[in-house]
Amino acid sequence: MRHTDRQSDSSLSPALASDPRFTAVERTLKQYQYRPDALIEVLHVAQEAFGYLSDELMDHVARQLKVPLSRVYGVATFYHFFSLEPQGEHSCVVCTGTACYVKRSGEIVKRLEGEFGVKAGNTTADGKLTLSTVRCLGSCGLAPVVVLDGEIAGRNTPDSAAAAAHHLVAEGKPEKKPVAERPRRRGRRGGTP
Amino acid sequence: MIPSDLRAMAEQERERQEGFRCRIMVCAGTPCLSAGADVVLETLRQGIAEGGLDAEIESVATGCMGPCSRGPLVKVRSRGKEIVYERVTSESARQILFSVVKGRRPPTVSPLPPDLPFLARQERVVLANSGSVNPERIEEYVAAGGYEALSHALHEMTPDDVCREVSLSGLRGRGGAGYPTGVKWSLARKAPGERKYVVANGDEGDPGAYMDRSIMESDPHRVLEGMALAGYAIGAEQGFIYVRGEYHLAGRRLEGAIRDAERKGLLGSRVLGSNFNFRIDIRTGAGAFVCGEETSLMASIMGKRGQPWHRPPYPAQKGLWGNPTLINNVETFAAVPAVVGRGAEWFAAIGTPKSRGTKVYALCGQVEIAGLIEVPMGTTLREVVYEIGGGIPSGKRFKAAQSGGPSGGCIPASYLDTPLDYESMERIGTIMGSGGLIIMDETSCMPDVASFFLDFCRDESCGKCAPCRVGTVEMHRLLRRITSGTATMDDLVKLEELCELVGTTSLCGLGMTAPNPVLSTLRYFRDEYVDHIRQRRCTAGVCTIAENPAPGAEGEALLHAMGVPGEVE
Ligand SMILES: Cc1cc2nc3c(=O)[nH]c(=O)nc-3n(C[C@H](O)[C@H](O)[C@H](O)COP(=O)(O)O)c2cc1C
Ligand code: SF4
Ligand code: SF4
Ligand code: FES
Ligand code: FES
Repeated sequence: MRHTDRQSDSSLSPALASDPRFTAVERTLKQYQYRPDALIEVLHVAQEAFGYLSDELMDHVARQLKVPLSRVYGVATFYHFFSLEPQGEHSCVVCTGTACYVKRSGEIVKRLEGEFGVKAGNTTADGKLTLSTVRCLGSCGLAPVVVLDGEIAGRNTPDSAAAAAHHLVAEGKPEKKPVAERPRRRGRRGGTP
Repeated sequence: MIPSDLRAMAEQERERQEGFRCRIMVCAGTPCLSAGADVVLETLRQGIAEGGLDAEIESVATGCMGPCSRGPLVKVRSRGKEIVYERVTSESARQILFSVVKGRRPPTVSPLPPDLPFLARQERVVLANSGSVNPERIEEYVAAGGYEALSHALHEMTPDDVCREVSLSGLRGRGGAGYPTGVKWSLARKAPGERKYVVANGDEGDPGAYMDRSIMESDPHRVLEGMALAGYAIGAEQGFIYVRGEYHLAGRRLEGAIRDAERKGLLGSRVLGSNFNFRIDIRTGAGAFVCGEETSLMASIMGKRGQPWHRPPYPAQKGLWGNPTLINNVETFAAVPAVVGRGAEWFAAIGTPKSRGTKVYALCGQVEIAGLIEVPMGTTLREVVYEIGGGIPSGKRFKAAQSGGPSGGCIPASYLDTPLDYESMERIGTIMGSGGLIIMDETSCMPDVASFFLDFCRDESCGKCAPCRVGTVEMHRLLRRITSGTATMDDLVKLEELCELVGTTSLCGLGMTAPNPVLSTLRYFRDEYVDHIRQRRCTAGVCTIAENPAPGAEGEALLHAMGVPGEVE
């Protein structure tokens, strides 16, 4: 119906409107037929695409879903998942759920805060690393757990976590687990590994 | 698809599986994946392909096998026998494959003993398929008897029959409170309303618990089948499954499962050739503990801030968009196919008279083998910790088990023989909760643990009502004074008064139960509190007792008023 002209009535900046990341947001809006109750799903997609929710983005979503900006803002600030600040290039998340806590994940947080000179929840001055905490990732069997750019690593110590975070910042990606070497060929026919 | 198609599909898949000489299963649950299971799987696939063994040996990625702290796990099933290998690397994976091919035992890889209590002592109902089917192939679930209960119910039972069966089974909600599931279903069934909804609560906000995550990841169809049975029983055509935001893998597997079930006619319109229509949609949580509370969860599904509202009216009367809504926990739904499929009597025979069936626990903390277990209700804590979990590592002493998360409490060593069921746990001042069991040894400090939970509740309070919003801040501040050695005995009195106040006057379960960790640690470990206050000593060596004497009462009141509560040391 009227949905086609929605974009034109928004005061979207040309920079955002032509941003390729923006299509994912538009697609989700359409998928949910601009229903107000899709707000959280839309914000999820927007955050995933842009890394954080800018004022302009929230304003746009509010207009498209025809809900007041205060409600978008209210939802975005209520849930821990959403961030209104740009995130660092890399992320390091320490689990502070109960299982990780009794295995001393608090010491890991302190150590990382010291090493990178940043309080948990913030980004380093050079924008390289965002350090944050989370309550239970559901990998409690491996406590204490640290997540580097989305890769879960279990059974950490303050040392191992600091080393891994430094590696992440220096190399630009999380340390890879030992990769499978090509199977050596055994036996004359070389058929079985 | 009609019932005979379902049976044919099961038959065909079983034949396919029997065609292999051997199936090698690799655990692809989140803990094992992060320990390197993906590399192990890749190695096996390569090895099988290069050896031209595709027709003989199948590699399968499954859900959680249980002993997650020993991952990556590999299970070899051939000629009816099963061997489980722990801590597999790509090197040992190759050795396992080699041994399968040559029929000889691998030299250096360590299999878990077949009678290892961690595996042998369990009774798996909800986790029956977990670790032996590929959660991404609907055929494997069907071959294991999946969707048969739904088919049976749709064609041979009335919705009333289904409600009655669930009532008779004695199944109680696994999400925390233990409300009789059958009663809830009957209420939702009787509630007048054109549209009704079924909601699966997969928010799992309790820190230190991951049963629901594992069920959704390992056997997603079981949850869907349980929801469909509920939909049929109460007369709903739409279901939502609310998955915690952090649980990407669970969300992805559920999405795939819903698509597959729809394609095969096991969800959607005219399910299994009947007149029953049922759709399921996923909603993703966004990181707010309070959204596990049912009214708040519904607010969140409707795209709002997740703030609870006052009950009654209960969701079963007035829920999503004002319509009757049935909310159950993921594990509760996952138990339903077994209840309907194998009968109420069979289910009721497991467990204790008032707590029927089995319960899944996430056993973690200071315990030798951490992981996921399922045991009959009424199994004692001692059996769980010492036999199944293998005891406390490095020769330390058991101090307490924390159950029920922030709403629960601690069980001390003197109650190790308490049966784990709803009544017994309540009697000793904790709750079953959703099933997180965190084992603590002598290196844990109880006032510190209480402070940890109050910090959690303070942080997660939605702020709607004052007792919880202000009370948890104040309680946490008092606990911080205790753990930093700056408290007086008056503070302890104040803390106990606040427990009473916050517990009785809060609007929702979060505030009502927030005092529990304090009350239960005070009940069994009061001397530790007194030690911190009188002797300024932390026996466990966890707390940093302040060097400086306590700040004057005035200075602190000022700091507090300036909005930095909790930061005062
Ligand atoms: C603060 C709070 C958090 C809760 N979190 C959860 C949760 O994460 N998962 C859950 O299933 N139930 C949770 N519950 C309980 C639900 O409100 C509800 O009782 C439950 O989902 C009902 O399902 P059941 O009858 O199958 O247990 C929570 C309750 C409160 C008060
Ligand atoms: S936080 Fe409370 S006082 Fe402030 S604007 Fe919102 S409702 Fe009003
Ligand atoms: S008790 Fe706490 S979480 Fe519950 S409504 Fe009140 S403020 Fe919100
Ligand atoms: S407490 Fe850290 S993963 Fe559960
Ligand atoms: S995830 Fe592999 S055993 Fe639990």
